[in-house]
Amino acid sequence: MKPSPNLDMLTPALRARFDAMIAHYPVKRSALVPMLLYAQDELGYLTPEVISGIAARLELDELAVREVIGYYSMLRLHPAGRYHVQVCTNISCQLRGADRIWEHCRARLQLENHQTTPDGLFSLEEVECIGACSWAPALQVNYDFHQQLTPEKVDEILDGYRQKGASS
Amino acid sequence: MPHSAEIRIVSRRFGNPEARTLAGYLADEGYQGLEKALAMTPEQIIEEMKVSGLRGRGGAGFPTGMKWSFVPKQSAKPKYILCNADESEPGTCKDRLVMEWDPFSIIEGMTIAARAIGSQQGYIFIRGEYRYLFAIVDRALEEAYAAGYLGKNIRGSGMDFFLYSHSGAGAYECGEESALMESLEGKRGLPRLKPPFPAIVGLYGGPTVINNVETLATVPHILRGGGAWYAAYGPPKNGGTRLFCLSGHINQPGVYELPLGFPLERMLQEVGGGILGGKPLKAVVPGGSSTPILTAAETAGLNMDYDSVAKLGTFLGSGGVVVLAQDTCMVKFALRIIRFYRHESCGWCVPCREGTHWLAQAIGRYHDGRGRASDVKLFEDVAANILGRTFCPLGDAAAMPILAIVRKFRAEFEAHATTAACPPAATTGASPAANETRRP
Ligand SMILES: Cc1cc2nc3c(=O)[nH]c(=O)nc-3n(C[C@H](O)[C@H](O)[C@H](O)COP(=O)(O)O)c2cc1C
Ligand code: SF4
Ligand code: FES
Repeated sequence: MKPSPNLDMLTPALRARFDAMIAHYPVKRSALVPMLLYAQDELGYLTPEVISGIAARLELDELAVREVIGYYSMLRLHPAGRYHVQVCTNISCQLRGADRIWEHCRARLQLENHQTTPDGLFSLEEVECIGACSWAPALQVNYDFHQQLTPEKVDEILDGYRQKGASS
Repeated sequence: MPHSAEIRIVSRRFGNPEARTLAGYLADEGYQGLEKALAMTPEQIIEEMKVSGLRGRGGAGFPTGMKWSFVPKQSAKPKYILCNADESEPGTCKDRLVMEWDPFSIIEGMTIAARAIGSQQGYIFIRGEYRYLFAIVDRALEEAYAAGYLGKNIRGSGMDFFLYSHSGAGAYECGEESALMESLEGKRGLPRLKPPFPAIVGLYGGPTVINNVETLATVPHILRGGGAWYAAYGPPKNGGTRLFCLSGHINQPGVYELPLGFPLERMLQEVGGGILGGKPLKAVVPGGSSTPILTAAETAGLNMDYDSVAKLGTFLGSGGVVVLAQDTCMVKFALRIIRFYRHESCGWCVPCREGTHWLAQAIGRYHDGRGRASDVKLFEDVAANILGRTFCPLGDAAAMPILAIVRKFRAEFEAHATTAACPPAATTGASPAANETRRP
């Protein structure tokens, strides 16, 4: 018999956090979007198991949960790289040379938009404004901001993550 | 670095890490606004807000006191206060600083708003990309609960108010107030039909006030110093100061707090340190990517307040002032704007979904030099047909900037149609003023 859907794949700390979050709303479903995002942060992507588990926890149809996942650009059904490089090319960044930064990232990582390196270390994405316009051009690696970029600075940043990835 | 022309009210605690703790906040006149508000009736609080002339800092510029006054006194359903911290309008990066440096000002402002409308619960909706801010905001919330500034019977006043942070997960549309409420209810961020407006039917069907981060963070200062004190910084009906995010071709980009009505020229030359590379100014986007662009000639003598900017057919919007120097390619600039709106269109209604798609493709062809110069007129027609014909304001937000850029820089588009060179050499001179008043 298949076990009923659960959230055992998540850390106990995150499960406890979910319990606290759900209590913040008069309607349980309200916790859905942040729960999906935090689960993804732990697992790398939204696995079929965690989707079932979250649906069961909030007493929702899996289909409803999948519909929600499809709407939000940060939520994903497939793994990204361990370091997800998100380059803003929107107007404020464009005016400060974002195209050059984007091309530089593509060349350095040998990736096209939405691709992941074979070793799984890096993935690359062109993104919309990340709220760093006055410190443009900017990118985010996972949740970390890197601002006032130059190609040289990008090299340093990427090398830093490469080393971090190798040492752990 | 603060500039000497700045008047730091909402940004007064920026750069002071102490102010992130309750003790540091209290030591710097924190919670004096709430003290006063607790001794006032809800009507008196709303009156003080009206006197202040504070208008929303999120985009539409609606008077805050008036917005609060629309909430019915009696309601069978609970009332809610929401803080819009979705900050996703390209060119805007100020709310992030308020959350980073002064989280208690948002909590205090929301508590005062709750007292004014009789709400006992609220949420701070923060865009998912701003993960690092959750640690700061959640810590402040925890401290506020622990010290009795949130929760039951706040400071012995008999007032209850519960406030929580909530993460988005990437969607510009969720910054639109009704889409934000849908998202907070655990759904896709599709906008709701209005009316009813949120003040009557909002989150979970209850009366809801939704305000921008900066708007709410300004509230404690208004209560502390008085509405008249705050209003005096700006021209009539344009009370106070606001955070301007200077970006683009400017020597000292940054977020600066300046009184409303501050001359744009001084903002660029003095505060912003002049145009990058000493080049001539070509154009300015006054309030985030959705606000119609102004040519350099139009900006002459312009004061940056809601009403002066509106006279030129555009808006102060979200406070994102994007500066373009003379050699900027306007076709490329327009293309990046429309690609953004195409990406963010939720696809619900046809003019927005199809229009943004068509425009992005057609402008892209021009940019590659594969267009027909005479087709420029079609850009105007398509954009004009989106305007006012969509379910939510995102359609307008996409159409307005494109219409303005095409009308004001038409010759540049025509020249680019047949060359991939960027910007087309023929058009780097003065902007074609003759086209500025053209209508389709
Ligand atoms: C597509 C769209 C996106 C918006 N994004 C934001 C946003 O990120 N932050 C914000 O404060 N207001 C945003 N707004 C405006 C909100 O709908 C709403 O007017 C605002 O939060 C009200 O607060 P205020 O009166 O304090 O300005 C957006 C509006 C639209 C149409
Ligand atoms: S205008 Fe655009 S974003 Fe708004 S509902 Fe229609 S398709 Fe969706
Ligand atoms: S446009 Fe790149 S961070 Fe805003």
